[in-house]
Amino acid sequence: MSELLELTAAQAIERIEARELGADELFDLYRERAAAEELGAFLSVAGRDFPTAGEFEDGSARSAAPEGPLAGLPLAVKDLFCVEGVESTAASRILAGYRPPYTATAVIRLKDAGARVLGKTNMDEFAMGSSNENSGFGPVLNPWDRSRVPGGSSGGSAAAVAAGLAPWAIGTDTGGSIRQPAALCGIVGLKPTYGAISRQGMIAFASSLDQAGPLTRDVADAALLLRHMVGADPCDSTSLGLPEPVRDPTAERLDGLRIGIAPELASGGMEGIEPGVDAVLRSTLETVEELGGRVQEVSLPHSGHGLSAYYVLAPAEASANLARYDGVRYGRRAGDGTLQALYERTRSEGFGPEVKRRIMLGTYALSAGYYDAYYGRAQRVRTLIAEDFRRAFEDVDLVITPTSPTVAFGLGERTQDPLAMYLSDFFTVPMSLAGIPALSLPAGMSEGLPVGVQLAGPAFSENRLLDAAHALEGALAFDSSAARG
Amino acid sequence: MIDRDEVLHVARLARLSLSDEEVARMSGELSHVLEHVERIGELDLEGVAPTSHVVALENVLREDEPRPSLDRDRALEPAPDHSAGAFRVPSPGA
Repeated sequence: MSELLELTAAQAIERIEARELGADELFDLYRERAAAEELGAFLSVAGRDFPTAGEFEDGSARSAAPEGPLAGLPLAVKDLFCVEGVESTAASRILAGYRPPYTATAVIRLKDAGARVLGKTNMDEFAMGSSNENSGFGPVLNPWDRSRVPGGSSGGSAAAVAAGLAPWAIGTDTGGSIRQPAALCGIVGLKPTYGAISRQGMIAFASSLDQAGPLTRDVADAALLLRHMVGADPCDSTSLGLPEPVRDPTAERLDGLRIGIAPELASGGMEGIEPGVDAVLRSTLETVEELGGRVQEVSLPHSGHGLSAYYVLAPAEASANLARYDGVRYGRRAGDGTLQALYERTRSEGFGPEVKRRIMLGTYALSAGYYDAYYGRAQRVRTLIAEDFRRAFEDVDLVITPTSPTVAFGLGERTQDPLAMYLSDFFTVPMSLAGIPALSLPAGMSEGLPVGVQLAGPAFSENRLLDAAHALEGALAFDSSAARG
Repeated sequence: MIDRDEVLHVARLARLSLSDEEVARMSGELSHVLEHVERIGELDLEGVAPTSHVVALENVLREDEPRPSLDRDRALEPAPDHSAGAFRVPSPGA
């Protein structure tokens, strides 16, 4: 049993295709682990809370011979994705019991490729948070140290993959929600170029930033999962797909590759970066050079203002998107009497404190008299940040930064100080604002906990990014087995 | 600094009713976050165009052909209350 858990998803698919492993055997192994887990990573599990694929139609056993390139592999799905007939809440009490009448396009594509939904994973409510402590259904524990957070908002997906409760998972990233938990849990997380994957059926947070992506054990799995998620979708007019197919990453060297390091997105630009995190970044730069890559300094002069712009733009979009939770069409309803009272009670009882805080922040920033000073200015800063990256990519192929300024922090440590929590996203937010792809790769340890480095490239450079990450991964030889213990 | 009256005004716009304790806490927390956010005031933004969206797309059109949409009963199913094929709410005038 433990031997099967050590297989990456791609390795498991090979074994299934060679008839050395049964797809149902693997699915049952993970289903049992997910149903018995004690990290709080899953909100629902196939077989326990909803029927497994194949049981929907006639109650019979699951497919005996799984079809498609993903060979019936179990997939953990962040609860932000709608899955028809399966409770989908975005970890908000306002959506408790909601069973959507349709499935998110990204999930449909993965199912069509042969993936089977293993369960829905816990998250920060409506993806607002960096620790998973904002879930309406309880926190998630970090499998490396259960007194610490897994990061967020895709904390359940990251913890499930790290702990071997799922071979792989999908999440969403608005300002770092795939990359930061991947870093804190010692796994790979990729936020693709904005528009690569359809947002149809993803419960909206900030629509100009939200993007789905894979959370996996290694870089090859990230490429494989991404390949079957991308594509333009008539139901999301901002979706474009990718200009070329996602290739299996094979690079073992970085010869000729120019990797930029920006002082503004390293220890020079942020006071709160831990020495242990900085040390892993520095040693990764040495590895880049050993592999034949060239490290050179680039300037991203406005990226230090990314967080400020983000915490205007994302709450502003959220305040509009979350207006739909009014107790009329879906989810819970509270109160009677007037319609106005029904709206207010439904929302006040249904939303948690962080969601209320962001709605208030966004509503304030969009309100008469403040719009130009906050929203208008933040949109202009976004332009400057995107231009910074465009200029930097004239000189380098990729940019490298820490993913998170710290290793996984203690449960409860930052819940009383929203701003301290927001600073977790300092290094990930600029790429989100620019809409460019970025990947977090586990690169080392500090204080017994994993540290991730972030690689970012120009829009649509996913293949280059995955290849570089693959070469680095081979040389860094990060050992994640302790978390599956 | 966002005072109590401003918090209550914004809460009304957002259709949230906050307890006295929430109002007091929100006033401090929002002020603290806005203080950080206001650092973008240092930047010279003269002549910089705003970015509302990173994807350069406009007017994605399709043929205007009728096709089946979500079944009405399926759409109503998740609603807390519905009647005669419509979502049911208390009278807005009540």
